Amino acid sequence: MQYLPNIIFAIALIAGIGFFVINIRKLTRNIKLGKNINRTDNKPERWKNMIKIALGQSKMVRRPFSGLLHLIVYVGFIIINIEVLEIIVDGLLGTHRIFQGFLGDAFYGFLIGTFEILAALVFIAVILFWTRRNVANIKRFLSREMKGWPKNDGNFILYFEMVLMTLFLIMNASDTAFQQAGIGNPISQFIAPLFDGFSPETLHIIERTAWWIHILGILVFLNYLYYSKHLHILLAFPNTFFANLNPKGQFNNLASVTKEVKLMMDPDADPYATPAEGEEEAVPEKFGASEVTDLNWVQLLNAYTCTECGRCTSACPANLTGKKLSPRKIMMDTRDRLEEVGRNIDANGGTFKDDGKQLLNDYIQPEELWACTSCNACVEECPVNIDPLSIIMDMRRYLVMEKSAAPQELNAMMTNIENNGAPWQYNQQDRLNWAKED
Amino acid sequence: MNVPTMAEMMAQGKQPEVLFWVGAAGSYDDRAKKISRAFVKILHAANVNFAVLGTEESSTGDAAKRAGNEFLFQMQAIMNIEVLNGYEIKKIVTCDPHSFNTLKNEYPELGGKYEVYHHTQFIQNLIAEGRLKIDKNTLQGKRVTFHDPCYLGRANEVYESPRDLIRRLGVNLTEMKRNKRTALCCGAGGAQMFKDAEPGDKEVNVLRTEDALETQPEIIATGCPYCNTMMTDGIKFKEKEAEVKVQDIAELIAKANNLL
Ligand code: SF4
Ligand code: SF4
Repeated sequence: MQYLPNIIFAIALIAGIGFFVINIRKLTRNIKLGKNINRTDNKPERWKNMIKIALGQSKMVRRPFSGLLHLIVYVGFIIINIEVLEIIVDGLLGTHRIFQGFLGDAFYGFLIGTFEILAALVFIAVILFWTRRNVANIKRFLSREMKGWPKNDGNFILYFEMVLMTLFLIMNASDTAFQQAGIGNPISQFIAPLFDGFSPETLHIIERTAWWIHILGILVFLNYLYYSKHLHILLAFPNTFFANLNPKGQFNNLASVTKEVKLMMDPDADPYATPAEGEEEAVPEKFGASEVTDLNWVQLLNAYTCTECGRCTSACPANLTGKKLSPRKIMMDTRDRLEEVGRNIDANGGTFKDDGKQLLNDYIQPEELWACTSCNACVEECPVNIDPLSIIMDMRRYLVMEKSAAPQELNAMMTNIENNGAPWQYNQQDRLNWAKED
Repeated sequence: MNVPTMAEMMAQGKQPEVLFWVGAAGSYDDRAKKISRAFVKILHAANVNFAVLGTEESSTGDAAKRAGNEFLFQMQAIMNIEVLNGYEIKKIVTCDPHSFNTLKNEYPELGGKYEVYHHTQFIQNLIAEGRLKIDKNTLQGKRVTFHDPCYLGRANEVYESPRDLIRRLGVNLTEMKRNKRTALCCGAGGAQMFKDAEPGDKEVNVLRTEDALETQPEIIATGCPYCNTMMTDGIKFKEKEAEVKVQDIAELIAKANNLL
């Protein structure tokens, strides 16, 4: 029975990681429901972006206060993984602080000491974050789309991190041998006196309990990610890698439209000609997007990556002047609908069964879409290079080209362009009059 | 004012150094027409051999595209490209950041590849080549703030050339709290210019005008005909027409050099 803990540990580890992998598979399947788009050109630039923005947090620090707090939690998260690795090895082999042996007391002490300090800093940062979210009434966290689950989700993550950090410190503080060695316990040495007078057996039980809850907590946290905005700790990397590299003002030219326009404008084209071999199209392509499956996979990846920080919304001119548009809500709606579509597919043996709903109208209202000035403030602001504007534009395209549902004044503007070559009702023959008026 | 057209140039067997893309606002809008004329005066002063398309120019399709009408946009684009390529145009300058963005970024894929300049970039080059000087004395010391047009700034990351020109005017350039990449839109982009705003508690141009007024400017400098209209309306709304002028950088330069 001496191997029982190792076996239990291995089972927990496999179950935790296995469940995570299942969810990640679901996630990739959902993202692949999107249309194809090539985002693998110019790899050096893409790697550079990823390293600068996801790893280097370059856009986070534009807001110095939350940027610094975030940096602490982030560095803490990255480094603590070394410690998690030790726990896993110890757990599987039944060893205790295995790295201490081959790293040497000095280096091992330095490492664990750093973790302890980071853990304490993370603890403080998390409390400040919690205060910002729940006490400070910061406008960014008070919008309509942040009620209910998004708010709780944000707080759960903070509680989780607090508990994990506490357990880590208790685990060290109650480890008598570790405390006696006096290496790398800059924080836990102040917690250790709490346990003065405890019997060695009790101390051992406390240490083991903290150890177990700590690692099980990490496995639970790992699996919580999929259901949370915290997924960004993983997806920020691919998301920044696949982000748009073109100038922000450059909107894509729909290839399906180009084909039709060329045909329309070519005097020699025969509209009734039978299409050349291999060119027959069964269903004519839908223009623009009214459903998540009309978006491309990068837009869907964006939706899963969104951290719901609201930096986009707080820079949006439409939102700042009280209009219904919130780019953050556009991203959250897209993710919610995509999840719904995913669950529908799972429930119906792998194929989507019409549920009478879609992204447009059931989630996003035309009023939101029409409020956008296409100014790119949201795109500029997003710390993980999400492009809410591209979704807004694709949905406008659907409204206009599939539904002819533009606001009346815009229809008039477009008629003018068509007839007079200008958005106003002037005669094209008067186009040079400005030069003669002086 | 002498504004030659490409057709005239062609008839004389000449090719201009640059095509001036006037844009719909610059051609028809009374306020924006003044910007077109100021820019032409600068071109003349620097002896630039230019031409316009005149009645052969048509909307770039920017407003249609951003309203969601990709069909109309591409029809406009393909028509314009046919004309531009017919005249073998290589270099284009425009005072309108929307045309600038569309011609520069969205036309190439449809067959229209040109070197495209915003007028502030073009004037900067003229100065660098020693073809134009800006008189520092006329406007000296005036308090000026600059409103970044989204389609020049964030969309194409041109933040410096307008500022460089303003500094050369010898004025006192102050920045609004939201500037460059964090600049607030004037409210005209994305075809908003042509429709009423959705319900809210304020118009975007009023908020932006408030940003500008915080710097207590005598002049709000713009680099886009639509921004100009929006800021002018904002100033009217705030009843500040007497104290604050809204002027395009081309107008400021023409004024400084006594070209108007
Ligand atoms: S592009 Fe549209 S959604 Fe984004 S900030 Fe500007 S107005 Fe808001
Ligand atoms: S889109 Fe970007 S800026 Fe907006 S809430 Fe999501 S992560 Fe934040």
